[in-house]
Amino acid sequence: MTVATIQGRDVHVDVEGFLTDPTEWDESLAETLAANIGIDLTDRHRSAIRFARADFESVGETPTLRRMATAGGVTTKEMFELFPKKPAKKLAYVAGLPKPVGCV
Amino acid sequence: MTTYLQETPVPAFDDEAARPRKLCIICSKGSLDMAYPGLVLTNAALGEGVETHLFFTFWGFDIINKDTMAHLKFTPVGNPATHMPPSLMGLPGMTAFATHMMKKQIEGIDVPDVPEFLEMITDAGGHLWACRMSADMMHIGQDQLYNRVEAIISAADFIEISEGAQIIFV
Repeated sequence: MTVATIQGRDVHVDVEGFLTDPTEWDESLAETLAANIGIDLTDRHRSAIRFARADFESVGETPTLRRMATAGGVTTKEMFELFPKKPAKKLAYVAGLPKPVGCV
Repeated sequence: MTTYLQETPVPAFDDEAARPRKLCIICSKGSLDMAYPGLVLTNAALGEGVETHLFFTFWGFDIINKDTMAHLKFTPVGNPATHMPPSLMGLPGMTAFATHMMKKQIEGIDVPDVPEFLEMITDAGGHLWACRMSADMMHIGQDQLYNRVEAIISAADFIEISEGAQIIFV
């Protein structure tokens, strides 16, 4: 197990830096994670993150782009605006969730 | 054992990769089961920040033809991987039945149908191109094609567009 210090507290991370224990995440940690990858969080980001967290909680999987659009109401276009280039992975990182595993 | 890191690792999302990746997928088949590989890979590539172009040619036109795109079919005939007895494959109504089953399975895992998939791909920045020779052969104009197809282009145009790209032929 690997532990890193973010905002002065210990969090478990994998070799890339993704949190491995979603319960160690909170919204203030998200601000730092987002800043790490050059994203300034807005309310639109935060509501996408909240849906991703809630969806992970209920289905046990990080939502894909498709699921963000159909179940989360965040369109694919908007996801690319909020988290450029690699939206699903960046969202997962900032939300303290594992990378999505779904193909679509 | 727990390892405490001195520095916090941050995922390298490779936003500024020195040589950005580019992918071109040639879709030459018009059956339901042969449409999906290209669409799924394109969607995955776009989600990874890879510039992606889809080039539709020959039977692949059915995927972007407004009249057929929502009605692609799947047939078990000649496909041993369906594990059906060959004598059953050709029965009347078998194609309709097999198509219905496959569409239900696709929908069951929340994968979009073809028109919605193309919308999702273009929303994600993917590019759709149609083949000039196929269009001429089948007497199909741009107005008959899905409205997000950017243009009907020649083979030489495709070679230009695909410069430096990895190419997949379906």
